[in-house]
Amino acid sequence: MSDDRFGDALTAPFWEAARERRLVVQACTACGAAQFYPRPFCLACESDAVEWSEASGLAQVYSMTTVRIPIGAGFEPPYVVALVELDEGPRLVTNLVGDCSIGDRVRVAWRDRDPDPPLPVFEPIPKEG
Amino acid sequence: MDDVFVAGVAETPLGEVRDHTELSMIAVAAKEALAEAGMSLRDVDGIFVHRMGEEGSVQVGEYLGLQPRYADSSDLGGASFEAFVHHALVAVATGRCEVALIAYASRQRSKRSRTRARQEAEDTIRSQFESPYGLPFPIGSYALVAARHMHQFGTTAEQLAAVAVTAREWAARNPKAWRRDPLSVDDVLASDMVSDPLHRLDCCLVTDGGGALVVTNGARARDAAKPAVRVIGVGESHMHWHISQMSDLTETPGRASGAAAFSMAGIVPGDVDVLEPYDAFTITPILALEDLGFCEKGEGGAFVEEGRLRPDGSLPALTSGGGLSYNHPGAFGLLLLVEAVRQLRGEAGDRQVPGARIAVAHGFGGLLSVASTVVLASE
Repeated sequence: MSDDRFGDALTAPFWEAARERRLVVQACTACGAAQFYPRPFCLACESDAVEWSEASGLAQVYSMTTVRIPIGAGFEPPYVVALVELDEGPRLVTNLVGDCSIGDRVRVAWRDRDPDPPLPVFEPIPKEG
Repeated sequence: MDDVFVAGVAETPLGEVRDHTELSMIAVAAKEALAEAGMSLRDVDGIFVHRMGEEGSVQVGEYLGLQPRYADSSDLGGASFEAFVHHALVAVATGRCEVALIAYASRQRSKRSRTRARQEAEDTIRSQFESPYGLPFPIGSYALVAARHMHQFGTTAEQLAAVAVTAREWAARNPKAWRRDPLSVDDVLASDMVSDPLHRLDCCLVTDGGGALVVTNGARARDAAKPAVRVIGVGESHMHWHISQMSDLTETPGRASGAAAFSMAGIVPGDVDVLEPYDAFTITPILALEDLGFCEKGEGGAFVEEGRLRPDGSLPALTSGGGLSYNHPGAFGLLLLVEAVRQLRGEAGDRQVPGARIAVAHGFGGLLSVASTVVLASE
């Protein structure tokens, strides 16, 4: 593995996909379960047949909090941290950009942070008509 | 299995402790707890300590001049101590040790060692997938839990605040409590918002403190200078390290630890005279009430708001004033046990629950990651 790898031995493919603004999770070709973060096998059925698979990027806000205290360099309160549940199943900690409430549908967006890979954040899906 | 007892308890110096080190705090508390048990340091053959530095039991053992035949430096966060009672019960009941010393001390207030961000090594899951989003540690995760509980069950900010108000009401009766001035629901709601929906006064204290506990068998407990208290139920469980991996934000591993402890004790929630639930944040005891079966899931907020945990309530709880108002030395679980034992001995002074015979201490660690439950009974 090259020295410019981002992440660890198991997560590097996630960050390589992130450079192309693709959100990927592990999917089990034996039982169909999706999992995140990555493990060397499927936690649902213990099959080794796990592959990185592109997620839809669609999710629902499971919970959220507005952080109002300074926690360190790079964070300007207030900002929103959320747990979103991907349509594929796994939950991610993320930031919400734009007005959202728990239960709202959201979609992935990407925050640049060169030279590191972009970070997946989520934004509201504009309501139809 | 032979009965196992808590034969002695003690607090370390509490509050802001300038004239001790953490190890000397432990030493003082250990001596006091052993005196209650009618013992001295040389009786100790088992050591159980949490987060006292690398190889914690080894450091404490050397400091106290002890060479144990049973040692445990487990890190189960704030839930370590109820779990230690579980581990000590197994060790004592099987004869692997006779006199188990459980101890902890922290000077985190004086040392100002708490930080809001969690220091992480490179390339951990948390450093890659959580830290970049600025979730404050640990309050941000508890805020996500509280927000979800409110969304799912209609729990209100006033109900959360009622937990802090109840704790303060008890603290006013405890001369050792850090905060004893009157507190109202409006005061809690008017305090600064830290991470919605949790205000500053929804959060536990940061103080120096700790304690010691002696667990032993029936034969040795007969020598105790004070009435020993029987350990009748124990349970522990853990489930997630990252908040993203908690399968249901409104259900904690306390459901499993509580069921194990209550089943072993042969009790139902209605048998409990006094409850000492870990109160790191106001949402925490609400989850404990639900997961231990004192009320239905989602009804914990109303249960507290109705005044049931208050001094004249049907389930007196947080009787020391809790982590919210009495003391919170980073890991509060040991002090829950100290208070439970004192209630069962009838020595809790102005905050004594009349005729208390069965007490439950319910610890949490991490981000509601670990739970451990101990059921104690007076003889």
